[in-house]
Amino acid sequence: MKVWKSVLVATAFALSAGTANAARTDLVLGVVLEPPHLDPTAGAAAAIDEVVYANVFEGLTRIGSGGEVLPALAESWEISDDGKVYTFTLHEGVKFHDGTDLTAEDVVFSLDRARADDSTNAQKPLFAAIASVEAVDALTVRVTLNNPQGSFLYNMGWGDAVIVAEESAEGNKENPVGTGPFKFENWAKGSSITIVKNPDYWGEPVALEKAEFRIIPDAAAAIPALLSGDVQAFANMPAGDALSQIQSDPRFEVVIGSTEGETILSTNNKRAPFDNLKVRQAIAHALNREEIIAGNGSGLGTPIGTHFSPGNSAYVDLTGTYPFDPEKAKALLAEAGFPNGFDATIKLPPPPYARDGGQVVASQLRNVGINLEIIPVEWADWLEQVFRGKDYDLSIVSHTEPNDIGIYARKDYYFQYDNPEFDAVIAELDVASDEAVRTELYQKAQRILAEDAVNGFMFQLPKVGVWDAALEGMWENSPVQATDLTGVYWTE
Amino acid sequence: MAAFILKRLAIGLATLVLASIVVFSVMEILPGDPALLMLGMNATDEALAVLRNQMGLNDPVHLRYLAWVAGMLVGDFGNSYTYSTPVIELIGERAVVSLPLATISLALSTLIAIPVGMFAAARRGRIADTSVMGVTQLGVAIPNFWFALLLIYVFAVWLRLVPAGGFPGWGGGVWPGIRSLFLPAVALALPQAAILARVTRSAMLEVLGEDYIRTARAKGMPRRIVLWRHALRNAMIPVLTIMGLQFAFLLAGTIIIENVFYLPGLGRLVFQAITQRDLIVVEGVVMLLVASVVIVNLAVDLTYALVDPRLRSRA
Repeated sequence: MKVWKSVLVATAFALSAGTANAARTDLVLGVVLEPPHLDPTAGAAAAIDEVVYANVFEGLTRIGSGGEVLPALAESWEISDDGKVYTFTLHEGVKFHDGTDLTAEDVVFSLDRARADDSTNAQKPLFAAIASVEAVDALTVRVTLNNPQGSFLYNMGWGDAVIVAEESAEGNKENPVGTGPFKFENWAKGSSITIVKNPDYWGEPVALEKAEFRIIPDAAAAIPALLSGDVQAFANMPAGDALSQIQSDPRFEVVIGSTEGETILSTNNKRAPFDNLKVRQAIAHALNREEIIAGNGSGLGTPIGTHFSPGNSAYVDLTGTYPFDPEKAKALLAEAGFPNGFDATIKLPPPPYARDGGQVVASQLRNVGINLEIIPVEWADWLEQVFRGKDYDLSIVSHTEPNDIGIYARKDYYFQYDNPEFDAVIAELDVASDEAVRTELYQKAQRILAEDAVNGFMFQLPKVGVWDAALEGMWENSPVQATDLTGVYWTE
Repeated sequence: MAAFILKRLAIGLATLVLASIVVFSVMEILPGDPALLMLGMNATDEALAVLRNQMGLNDPVHLRYLAWVAGMLVGDFGNSYTYSTPVIELIGERAVVSLPLATISLALSTLIAIPVGMFAAARRGRIADTSVMGVTQLGVAIPNFWFALLLIYVFAVWLRLVPAGGFPGWGGGVWPGIRSLFLPAVALALPQAAILARVTRSAMLEVLGEDYIRTARAKGMPRRIVLWRHALRNAMIPVLTIMGLQFAFLLAGTIIIENVFYLPGLGRLVFQAITQRDLIVVEGVVMLLVASVVIVNLAVDLTYALVDPRLRSRA
């Protein structure tokens, strides 16, 4: 009898010890949008990078959780004195998921493919400075630029610049073959995408054996999915006002971080009366950022005074350039020749920050005499009418590309902003590689945009992350549109 | 009977042709460039031109229409712009969710609605009837997504009997699939059952007032037999009509329920394809749905003839 009892105790102990030691190694993440395909070099959809970036595909460099440039497939590089020639040394022993070796030829192929005439890369401007790419030996690649480019290493860290193999490149949309620590396993269309640990990974192995991205498009469904335990993490939680329900629950951790999404009142700088600086200044004075943020679903977000992410070390807080002051706004409008205000339109794309925020903005502008007619448009429509056609007065959009202040120097861009002084700063920035100089130039550029009141600068889109309290290593901010799972692990 | 079927078939075919023209034209008029949507805000003009060419968007309209129809006739619905896989595969993947879901919901709603409707009709004006009418009124009025959330909180979050949503596929066996379709099927079936029960009740009441029912009762036939054998059969025509409409609705009109339960069904496929301007997918799915409505209606028409011999000779 006694023997039996000790056997039982021992067994129970062994069982409990077994479960205590083995932490979970599987993870189900909720994502709102399903990617159209899984090739980050052939589409702009953020949903693609949110699954494959850093997990399945890697580039020469990569962007870290703080927005910094880190080595990835290139273990080191040398830059020539004139800043035009980059010589990358690749890691040894890197294999693609189909078993083939990564060589310098794959890098040449990937970069040439992205910048070719028939390329459908969504971020082709990233590669515009490249004059030639050549393989020096099996593990050395030399990239020659037309002109020095300060942001070249950063550009190579984008999802659009990942290295693919010639044999598998065509099939990457359906069956992505990369070099990352996770391999693609399965995509149940409309339902979920599963990646599993790559046992032959060249670098630090990941803790998770398996991760599933489950597509949950409805905000109302996101909360019960977490509460029922079906889903253990949302890198970007869609639910706005229901968030408090999760926040008070000790089983979950809610982390509010920042994104690269500058949410702005886009303004057509070439269309009267918005071509008048006084009118734009009046709009800037009429906007109450706190109220706009409060009216934006989650009520979260950091006010911004220019087109730059507050998470970036070069950021300057310029929200005080034209503080909220409706009287001043009215006076400026009168000076500009509109003592009784004027009528205009605002075209709003579907996201809640635009549709809900647009109502708030319209009422704030009405207070100073600007009557906005609200026109809701779909994304496809917005891209065609507003972005391409430049047929708009005002709009609200979050510009989610990282480090994109350079768009203000583009003459064909839909803001239609044209300031040679600003262009000169960006031109200098393009060739500067010294960090201190770059920071100074970035700050100069931010000030010019703020003073010119190019757009109504409103707030930085928040990243609302929710995950199981036992999960560690999820990114707090999103300096790139990614769900980097390489450092994620369970503590129990 | 053959003439009846032929006539129905001809009408169905005409509907399909008309629908194909309407669907194609609407998609042509819809503003928004699918290539631009795929490549986004930083796309260069050359990249866009290349992509448009790859997608075949540069061909003249009538050529594209003819190519599309010709393709469908041999079962080729084209390739999705966004997924770059054959449309027919996409539809197939979604149909294995939508078809069972619609079937289970319809079966559930019929099993509930017909006995309840008959029960209420047989007890017209009494408490049982009034309460059935009250409950079905509630069932018609409650929005199904709200009801769905209620079900999720009770059965998935609180009792943890079924998953809160998602669909594991049929690969892992029938049971996990059925389990995840259970709540959505109930959420869909109950409002439909409420409508169907009310229709059954009023159809039954009309029939129960007929002379032959009184005759049957007068000659001593038991009440239950009269109800099931004589009355129900004659009351079936409006009931079948509603069931046909409901099945067509359940196939593609379930987008809200699919969203709440994040099920990869046909409704969500169409919705997603419209927002992404994946025209060829929209066109393919809509045509397939039109075809299924035509087929369901044909089946309903044929069943009329089965339950009511008079229709056979009239045609």
